[in-house]
Amino acid sequence: MIGVTRTILAKDLLLELRTKESVPAMTLFTLTVYVLFHFGLDRDSLDGELAAGVLWVTLLLAAVIGVARLFATEREEGGIDALLLAPVDRTALFLAKASGLFLFLVAVEIVAVPAFDLLLLGPGLGGTMPELLPVLLLGNLGIAAVGALVAALAAETRARELIVPLLLLPLLVPVLIACAQATEPLLRQDQGPEDLGRWLGLLTLYDVVFVLLSVAVFDYLLED
Amino acid sequence: MYSKGFKPLAAASVVSLATALSLVFFYAPLDADQGFVQKIFYVHVPMAIVALGGFVAGGIFGIRHLRSGDPSWDLRSYVAIHLSIILGVGVLATGAIWAKASWGHWWVWDEPVLVSFLVVFLLYCVYYPLRFSIEDPERQARYSSVFAITAGVFVPLNFAAVRMAESFTHPRVLSQTGGSLPGEMRLTFLVSLLAMALLFVTLWKLELTAKHAAMQLKKLRRRLDARVAA
Amino acid sequence: MPALPLDEAGKYVAGAYVVFLTLIVVYVAIIGAKVARIERELTDLASEEDE
Repeated sequence: MIGVTRTILAKDLLLELRTKESVPAMTLFTLTVYVLFHFGLDRDSLDGELAAGVLWVTLLLAAVIGVARLFATEREEGGIDALLLAPVDRTALFLAKASGLFLFLVAVEIVAVPAFDLLLLGPGLGGTMPELLPVLLLGNLGIAAVGALVAALAAETRARELIVPLLLLPLLVPVLIACAQATEPLLRQDQGPEDLGRWLGLLTLYDVVFVLLSVAVFDYLLED
Repeated sequence: MYSKGFKPLAAASVVSLATALSLVFFYAPLDADQGFVQKIFYVHVPMAIVALGGFVAGGIFGIRHLRSGDPSWDLRSYVAIHLSIILGVGVLATGAIWAKASWGHWWVWDEPVLVSFLVVFLLYCVYYPLRFSIEDPERQARYSSVFAITAGVFVPLNFAAVRMAESFTHPRVLSQTGGSLPGEMRLTFLVSLLAMALLFVTLWKLELTAKHAAMQLKKLRRRLDARVAA
Repeated sequence: MPALPLDEAGKYVAGAYVVFLTLIVVYVAIIGAKVARIERELTDLASEEDE
């Protein structure tokens, strides 16, 4: 199964490297949203809870774009049928898609987080990276697991573009809560982590639950 | 098939509802802080608890549907979710009325139950467009069950997360379902909760029976048409 | 906020319970209409059978 996962993941990553469809679009989107927030909030610099909120809402919205495109290549090339004819473990497909989405999110954040620091963040990111990193990684994991599940759920419907955001965003509210609350004290004028363990704990719980759930349930999707 | 024990269930619902209403207005004492407005608590909170229970039940029925492939489980899941969404509208409406009467605003973010309910409600509203945009009936049922299970798991997680967040920004001003209810209030609340739960199960069975009958009728009509054509 | 006087509070409490009862009544009415339609179709089918 690991072999199949790696093959599918490699295929997706290679495709993305070649076509550069999802990651640049998601990254550009975050930058645009920062500009929107600048005008919408009429602020030159943010700190504390406002900064944490803007950062995480922007990342979530960018994730929606990534999720909507997660099975796009399979759909367009008819690859789903080929995958299903072959005796492929659905779990491998889920792991591959979720890992791909996770890596895409990391790639986006490599640009989006420093860009946020440049454009909107008042106090610099400075030494907060060691605390910010686990928040980002655990948050991405939750988004990736739920994102892959939602992408598969919406894969067969006609109203895909509408269903994905409506389904994904409420499901990610706990992730938003945990990440924003964990990030907020890091972005304050007097920075320092606060209750980090509690929010990382919530994120871990969420991630474990939804990875297990998705693995259990994925076999029933994309069948026949 | 679904209407076993319906009559006694319906009777029990009516009796418990009547009992609950009498207790609320003639037995339960007036709340010291909130006064008469607190009476809304006896309809708002049981509705919320039963609706959340209905959502979780929908998820459990979804699991049974996926494991057995029997479409009757999907029907049970659909009706449970459908009823809970309707109750959900009631929860949000009565919650808003209570907020207006207690705090002067039609919406407050202080109450974690109400806030997490809003998120859950928004999620479950997507059940209909998701379900009815899939044409193949077997696939429709399967995907709906996956949704029901995912959303059912989400409900307690979301509640925990919202509660954690609210306890930081808004210290618990009001302990709704806290154990600090005096005896008479607690009894009234429990009877109200029982009445709401019985009512839910009664309406659930009622809709299941009606839907099942409609499906049987359609099948019958199709068979008759085929015979006429032959 | 101090507790509302009884007459004002009464309106809100009544409103909440009315919402609850209305939901139930409307729901039962819709199911009732559905059942009536089923009954009508059944009699239609029975009369078709006889023809």
